[in-house]
Amino acid sequence: MNQKRKIRVLVAKPGLDGHDRGSRIIARAYRDAGFEVVYSGLHQTPEEVVQAAIQEDVDMIGLSSLAGAHMYLFPRVLELLKENGADDIVVCGGGIFPGEDIPKLKEAGIKEIFVPGTPLGEVVKWVEENVKPRT
Amino acid sequence: MGIPEKIISGNIRAVARLIRDIDDNIPEAREVLKELYPYTGKAYVVGITGAPGVGKSTLVDQMVYHLRKAKKTVGVLAVDPTSPFSGGAILGDRIRMQRHSMDEGVFIRSMATRGYFGGLTQSTRSAIDVMDAMGKDYIIVETVGVGQDEIDIVRSAHTTIITLVPGMGDDIQALKAGILEVGDIFVINKADREGVDRTVSDIRLMIEMDEKRYKNGWKPPILTAQAVFDEGIKEILDEIKKHRKYLTSSPERKSMFQHEKARNDLVEMIKDRIVSDVLANIIDSGEFEEALQLIVEKKIDPYTACDNIVLKKLKSG
Ligand code: B12
Ligand SMILES: Nc1nc2c(ncn2[C@@H]2O[C@H](COP(=O)(O)OP(=O)(O)OP(=O)(O)O)[C@@H](O)[C@H]2O)c(=O)[nH]1
Ligand SMILES: [Mg+2]
Repeated sequence: MNQKRKIRVLVAKPGLDGHDRGSRIIARAYRDAGFEVVYSGLHQTPEEVVQAAIQEDVDMIGLSSLAGAHMYLFPRVLELLKENGADDIVVCGGGIFPGEDIPKLKEAGIKEIFVPGTPLGEVVKWVEENVKPRT
Repeated sequence: MGIPEKIISGNIRAVARLIRDIDDNIPEAREVLKELYPYTGKAYVVGITGAPGVGKSTLVDQMVYHLRKAKKTVGVLAVDPTSPFSGGAILGDRIRMQRHSMDEGVFIRSMATRGYFGGLTQSTRSAIDVMDAMGKDYIIVETVGVGQDEIDIVRSAHTTIITLVPGMGDDIQALKAGILEVGDIFVINKADREGVDRTVSDIRLMIEMDEKRYKNGWKPPILTAQAVFDEGIKEILDEIKKHRKYLTSSPERKSMFQHEKARNDLVEMIKDRIVSDVLANIIDSGEFEEALQLIVEKKIDPYTACDNIVLKKLKSG
């Protein structure tokens, strides 16, 4: 049988943040790297993000935030994943963050944070090195 | 609890993972599907297709909303194309359906066409079976009506909806041959735009030109809708109900539909198996590479090379 695992990711924007240019560019870069990218659009609650991730059986969630609510939204997503027994899903984030928040987010369990100016190649490579399609 | 029991009891995680395994062609998934088969056949499957951007996902979202109000559970399978260049895909249909993601009576899954050895028709059918076994009353399948595979998928539904938008007049002629023929219901969406009447009459004409096919049978209704404004959705659901009644009211028709479906499914399954096992096996063999080289060097013609390879494969069983 011709079996082949593909990396599946969810790119989501939790909260009331309407800046979606960055997340669209990231979604496209992931697609061009050969991943299957579920894009769930703007204005998601953390609950909705986690449900979508579970229904879509993704290997990774990429959260985008440019509106400053990341210190609540990102850890909340991690918490809900745990509650649903889905904390094997890797979570990374991108957008605009005050420098001091980044170590705190990582401590909370966000695997990596990407800020403006990070080359897309690096964003993609990080996934290839840190996210394995589940077995 | 084993996987089949989890699916039947509606365990979301188990369902999601099984569909992933089906998509990735993991052999164990097949074993689970065998056990699930007796539990399938209860759901009503609606296919919805049409050109990119005509409003299919928005229509699905509204249909789900109305079906939920009527206390029906729903599974949605949204298929988007895989990029032929990278093998990746952006699956964006969920954007329009997000309001249902917290509703336990709704299960939404996006799928990429994958192509080549992907066995799209096969994996979507299996995914439909899984949602059926998990107990969904309705399963709605959205595909972009461009490829033959995508058309085949919606065709295997009980009711197939073709979605168009006003101003497609001349394009209707250019629509992929075969797509109009599979429609049980036509929906002209974005009826807030100009040119609705023209499009309706164009479609009506096409249907009427095909009059003999509809004698004593189902003549596809043409409806207008404004999916973003929730206009015309109830009417679509009413027609789906009518079509369902039409399919099931006569025992002969019902059994004909079931036979036809079983036949198509089995043919597809065999075809898929041959492609994924036999063809892949041939392509991986040194013999295939050798033949390629000979063809390039014009030492053999491709017809003979093909005969040689296929006959040998058939003999070896
Ligand atoms: C364009 C823009 C807008 C557009 C948005 C259009 C759209 N559809 O996206 C409009 C005009 C609508 C807008 C509105 C507002 N904006 Co504005 N906007 C910007 C601006 C100038 C550029 C953002 C952008 O598109 N960048 C280009 C993209 C490609 O970059 P990016 O989004 O940063 O994404 C990159 C990385 O961050 C990362 N990334 C992002 N997401 C993800 C996700 C993953 C998974 C990964 C791996 C990586 C990743 O990779 C991307 C590619 O490199 C920024 C300022 C700036 N220089 O960033 C302000 C900015 C973001 N806006 C801001 C504000 C305050 C607003 C408003 C509230 C009001 C206002 N004062 O204008 C409204 C609110 C809108 C809303 N509902 O949320 C502030 C936010 C401050 C904050 N964080 O506290 C900023 C920083 C401006 C500022 N210096 O004050 N804005
Ligand atoms: N004016 C108008 N716009 C609509 C209507 N229905 C949907 N749209 C808009 O059309 C756009 C595409 O809608 P989708 O539902 O994503 O269309 P789709 O056919 O699923 O698109 P693909 O899956 O990309 O092929 C969105 O911006 C919708 O808001 C309608 O009745 N009238
Ligand atoms: Mg769609």
